[in-house]
Amino acid sequence: MTSPQRFDLIVLGAGPAGGRAALTAAAAGLSVILIDEQSAAGGQVWRKPWAEPAPARADGREGEGLRAALDSSDVTLAYGRRVWSVTEGFRVDSLGPEGSMSCVADHLIVATGAHERVIPFPGWTMPGVMGLAAATVLLKAEGRLPGKRVVVAGRGPLMAQVAAGILAKGGRVVAVVDRMPLTGWLKALPALATQPPLLAQGAGWMGRVLASRTPWIFNHHVAEARGTERVGEVTVASASGDCHVLSCDALVIGDGLVPGSEVPRLLAARMRFDRLRGGWIPDLTADFETSVPQLFCVGDGAGIRGALQAGTSGELAALAVARKLGRKTEPDQGARLRGAFARASRFSDAVAAMLSGRTADVARIGPDTIVCRCEDVRRSEIDAATAEGMHDINQIKHVTRCGMGPCQGRMCGDTVQELVSLGSRRSREEVGAWTGRPPLRPVPLGELVGSFDYGDIPVPEPAPL
Amino acid sequence: MSARYDLCVVGGGIHGCTVALFAARGGMKVVLVERGSLCREASGVNAGTLTMQMTRVALIPYALQAHAMWASAATWLGHDVGVVVCDGLSLAFTEAEAALLSYRAGRRREAGAPIDLIDAKAARLVEPGLGPGVLLAGHCKVDGFANAYLTGLAYRRALIDAGVTILEETAATDVQRSQGCFEVDTMGVPVKAARLVIAGGVWIEGMLGWLGVTLPIKVLVNQLAVTERQRPVMRTVIGIASGLLSLKQYPHGTTVIGGGWQARGDRERGGYELLPDRLVGNVRLACHAIPALKEARLARAWAGLEAETRDALPAVGPVPGVPDAYVCGSVHSGYTSGPYLARLLAERILGREPAMPLFPIDRLLDPIERAA
Repeated sequence: MTSPQRFDLIVLGAGPAGGRAALTAAAAGLSVILIDEQSAAGGQVWRKPWAEPAPARADGREGEGLRAALDSSDVTLAYGRRVWSVTEGFRVDSLGPEGSMSCVADHLIVATGAHERVIPFPGWTMPGVMGLAAATVLLKAEGRLPGKRVVVAGRGPLMAQVAAGILAKGGRVVAVVDRMPLTGWLKALPALATQPPLLAQGAGWMGRVLASRTPWIFNHHVAEARGTERVGEVTVASASGDCHVLSCDALVIGDGLVPGSEVPRLLAARMRFDRLRGGWIPDLTADFETSVPQLFCVGDGAGIRGALQAGTSGELAALAVARKLGRKTEPDQGARLRGAFARASRFSDAVAAMLSGRTADVARIGPDTIVCRCEDVRRSEIDAATAEGMHDINQIKHVTRCGMGPCQGRMCGDTVQELVSLGSRRSREEVGAWTGRPPLRPVPLGELVGSFDYGDIPVPEPAPL
Repeated sequence: MSARYDLCVVGGGIHGCTVALFAARGGMKVVLVERGSLCREASGVNAGTLTMQMTRVALIPYALQAHAMWASAATWLGHDVGVVVCDGLSLAFTEAEAALLSYRAGRRREAGAPIDLIDAKAARLVEPGLGPGVLLAGHCKVDGFANAYLTGLAYRRALIDAGVTILEETAATDVQRSQGCFEVDTMGVPVKAARLVIAGGVWIEGMLGWLGVTLPIKVLVNQLAVTERQRPVMRTVIGIASGLLSLKQYPHGTTVIGGGWQARGDRERGGYELLPDRLVGNVRLACHAIPALKEARLARAWAGLEAETRDALPAVGPVPGVPDAYVCGSVHSGYTSGPYLARLLAERILGREPAMPLFPIDRLLDPIERAA
């Protein structure tokens, strides 16, 4: 195996947080490598379109700006690479089109973003049902519609963005089914108004949806999706139980975001459960350093805050790394960034609150509903194991296989932990999180082993006879 | 001061659980103290292999009995641990490995393991999934595997049925002996018992220290990995001559890759870090043996701790100088042989003569301590 390439800093994830971190560190004279699974920077929020010319939307322009800045910087760009191992030191191993690559650095900034929370309901695993994030990829990167008649459901501003995007591309939105009541939005308004451009962007999405006379059904959730080969209709229900049936050919749904905090968990950083920030997040200093020295976590992966604070957190972490390495930074840069971060807090907190998980939503899951889609584990199986006295989340996994599949619990983890917490009457902290283990994402064995000679495998000494 | 229990077992792995189970079935009032949950360390995270071809020669007679126990787990344990009995192959790809295999298979056969040496053509009839390059194979019909992660649930149910008091999430921190009774300190609450079994896996070194006995235990940090589900690609348990590969596909389609490659870890933090080069090395061995594994994705890797004494043989027997105290652990390939050895110890504790000799630890203690 070739010896790893050495850098001052490795940045994982090229969204707003990781991208800004890499640029700031490179500007301070550090050698930086930026690794991302996608073929271009931008992350989920500023995703690069595959074919279309740069869109005129604000998030499109911001993405183009970030990509251009990175292209003309000294940052080593490693796109299209899947990181599967991060070990102390820090050593990062990834697979990409050119095979496997190892790099090492004394400093690591993790900016791996968030994944979507979908509270399960009967039919959620059916073709035609997809997450808001997946629909965003379709719309932004591929310019495709999720369906001809789409129900958009869940909670938070991403629903408005996706619904508006479908309408803009000539699709039809049957309804937006919002878990929040109208009063939830009205209460958030003063906080959202602290960022007029973002409020205007959101209002624009909303305006487009309402102008199309698309019904926005507040205080309702999807109770069931049905269809023969793919989704054909959904039943939506209110908390008090009144139902409507909506005919559709696609359901796009997202019940908020969960921080992608696998890397700090893998490196045994001290974690805590923070409901507002979406779940388990690392304990951080003001510079976004974890309890593991020289390991930093920024952006939504360190707790849901949105793109506004993500970029700032990346820059602050990069400045801290530069200072640790004795590089000169602009004297007032840190104070300016902290000011910007603080000014964005009201807005970010309001959005995070909309996207955070609700125990009541999980409590409503029916006993026969599949919770772990990789291993087909139903709620009743998790409840039965909890009732038999299994209260530790890793024990629940052993007994039911939930979380053992290829997604390793990224999809169902938050829901299963909430269910065990409900069933055992223990706090989420007591129930705990699944142990972090490699690979960070599933990797094909064929790619992992590459080509090799049997004689070169460093087989250890045989065990005693 | 009267004892509340006839027997207190400290450590809820496969050894502790088996001793507790058979002692309770023999009429004793038993309490089992476990700092976490049952079989969640080595007993729940090992590769589940039930094989003769990785077992120490001295343990072969025990492993044969234990294999029969596993195969009939539904009868004596009463709950399913997904045991599959199948053929096992130990492969040699080089001349050096062939020589090692011939020698080791011969020694194991002398000890009673029904291992035959076969050529590549015969090996491919046993395992059509084999890749090219096999020079020689050890073939044993007494092989198989269990679903290690189901062990805790199965034992939990069996122990409850047998009337054992299970104290989970209860750490034992010390033991006092007074008036013919052990008093185990469990986070401030004493548990009193007439007899004591130390069955704490890699942690028995510290636990024996409570009794003034020094038994050094080496900690092995064994790496494991599992693929996602795929089509059937193999039907046997595969190993290699050196013992550094174990491979089997479960009925639901995942394949577990083990063999004892070492990860980073210790008693305090467990197996906390997998080393990428060793993971790749272990997976290369697996893909060399069964090339179709390359089609699958790696879903997860992890590590479990294994205890080893100075002579790599078990610590199963009375604790010298401490009447009514016993130790049970450090059994190499302990998942295979553990239930039988622990059952023998339960027989001894019940005052019966075990069917085979135990492995008393006197041989491992220094002479001064033994004299004291």
